[in-house]
Amino acid sequence: MRLLFLRLATPVSLPFMGRASRVSDRGGVLGRSRKTPPRSLRESPSPGGEGKERLRLSLACIVALATMLTASVDLRAARADIVINVDQGATQPVPIAIPAFGGAAMAAQISGVVSADLQRSGLFRPLDPATFPALGPDLNVKPGFDAWKAISAQGLLTGAVSVDGDGHLRASVRLWDVYAGEALIGTEFTSTPANWRRVAHKIADAVYAKLTGQSGYFDTRVVFVAEGGSKARPVRRLEIMDQDGANPSYLTDGSYLAFTPRFSANSQEVAYMALRPTGSTLYLLNIETGRQESLGRFPGMVFAPRFSADGRKVAFSLEKDGNTDIYVMDVASHAAARLTSDAAIDTSPSFSPDGGQMVFNSDRGGSPQLYVMNASGGGVHRISFGSGRYTTPVWSPDGKLIAFTKQQGGEFHIGVMRPDGSDEHLLTTSYLDEGPTWAPNSHVILFSRDGGSGAHLWSIDVSGRQLVAAPYGPRASDPAWSALLP
Amino acid sequence: MTRFRIPAARAALIILATASLAACASRPKPMGPVATTAPPPAYQTAPAPGPGPVVEETGAPTPGSARDFVINAGDLVYFDTDRFNVRDDARAILDAQAAWLARYPAVRVRIEGNADERGTREYNFALGARRAAAVKDYLVGHGLPAGRMDTVSYGKEHPLDTGSGEESWAHNRNAHTLITGGAR
Repeated sequence: MRLLFLRLATPVSLPFMGRASRVSDRGGVLGRSRKTPPRSLRESPSPGGEGKERLRLSLACIVALATMLTASVDLRAARADIVINVDQGATQPVPIAIPAFGGAAMAAQISGVVSADLQRSGLFRPLDPATFPALGPDLNVKPGFDAWKAISAQGLLTGAVSVDGDGHLRASVRLWDVYAGEALIGTEFTSTPANWRRVAHKIADAVYAKLTGQSGYFDTRVVFVAEGGSKARPVRRLEIMDQDGANPSYLTDGSYLAFTPRFSANSQEVAYMALRPTGSTLYLLNIETGRQESLGRFPGMVFAPRFSADGRKVAFSLEKDGNTDIYVMDVASHAAARLTSDAAIDTSPSFSPDGGQMVFNSDRGGSPQLYVMNASGGGVHRISFGSGRYTTPVWSPDGKLIAFTKQQGGEFHIGVMRPDGSDEHLLTTSYLDEGPTWAPNSHVILFSRDGGSGAHLWSIDVSGRQLVAAPYGPRASDPAWSALLP
Repeated sequence: MTRFRIPAARAALIILATASLAACASRPKPMGPVATTAPPPAYQTAPAPGPGPVVEETGAPTPGSARDFVINAGDLVYFDTDRFNVRDDARAILDAQAAWLARYPAVRVRIEGNADERGTREYNFALGARRAAAVKDYLVGHGLPAGRMDTVSYGKEHPLDTGSGEESWAHNRNAHTLITGGAR
């Protein structure tokens, strides 16, 4: 039975990224794609149709997990529900078959990256290709689902990749619900061959979004501090990589210590702190050009920069005569305004996504706790009341949660609470966990963990179930997760 | 980082000096009642490279040199966990620093505030800054012009003691007075 995929397939163009891909730009696609961001295109109906969509695929697992994820962030959820969910046993990841895509040279590599993305999320279990039944060459012919049921596949992702005459890479994919016997996704992604990894991440994002109901986070990058040298002679360089660890690239040369990089709204710039023996500097670094500018000269230490969601402001800490307060700077004019004037330490500011509020860390009550205030200053109220010390609050992109570092009883935790301070739960525990950053879908958190042998990057989902070492082997800290790339 | 980048030959001499200090430090600690943790030994401290010939480092310190300051005044004071008040055991050292710096008015210093690793990075930058400022305030209060001093916070990023555990953390909660110019 031939379905109408070709007519319904949604072509998606990716913009070119990085110097290498820009070199191979044949023109045209760059401008077009920026006018038509793939994110919105990707959200258009797939051949499965929203109304006909049957998530039998998710019977045992995805629905349960998505429900639990939703419960974790649903403001109506009861406190007890969250605790019980977190304490429940691990859900089973959904078995999904991803046969190597056919066609152009990088086809199998693309399906490999898709598979790795989905597996690392913890929500999917890609099956062993050696067990796969034969698959016909035509992407649009319904597979024989009984053979896929026989190997316990609930989802089947097939794809074909070609490079056409004008040099464009085209990847067509179908996601089949094996038990419903229906296609859930029928989409074509278009870019340059140099962008094949990003095409793969877009496909993985589409699968994740379809099956979880949440937007994906695979076509993203992470900037962080690469830790080299020894404890006594530390080297701290900014480095950037794709979220799956590919394409790592240093952004600073190590001639000074670099800390706390944070992405701008469009993920093209990074604000960070440089530390030299003579003091600290806040820089704005353009990732593509490598050029950076100082945010100005200040009389004391400046640190803890963080952009507002619209990218027009940077909040930061400035120390004068030992006292640290929070300031906000207009990025365009560099005009700075003071927001707190307490004698206590006020640091680690993070804007709410609507820009109206700011959560920060202060020890004005005697120990470090979390406070929320208006983004223009004033209206300060404390939101953390548990035992222990709370630091590094970060507002989630969807506004529903605040992630933080908590120190208690000789251990460190990454935790989350609602912006009003309710429903606190701790997601991790170790000798030193620190510095959470949110995936753009507000469901996964990257942080650094030092178990005693140096810091490394880890991720945890908001359910607290999926703790995974990030795909970066060397020592690293201060991760910052980009938005979904355009 | 001046403090941490020392030519190899000089570093070897510093290790010798450090070893002798460490030997002193291994003496049994007094058992009397002490309100706060006893001042840790100033070990692994790398004095700022002075302008004189290297061979002088093994002999008596040249009066007015950076090494003279480290040995005869002391360049480190320690703080309690999450605190920045100058402890009683730090006052004698800071008094000696003030007196020494009064004797050599051309000398400029940088006060480096440090924190242990049991805190988050940003908070510890603020905490280190408080400690550096506390030492600066103390020295100003004892007659040293503020213009001869600057401060910096290294947070938890430059641990003096690279070990872990309470003893190492106690060493790393410090303010280090580094001579940046004007010494003999």
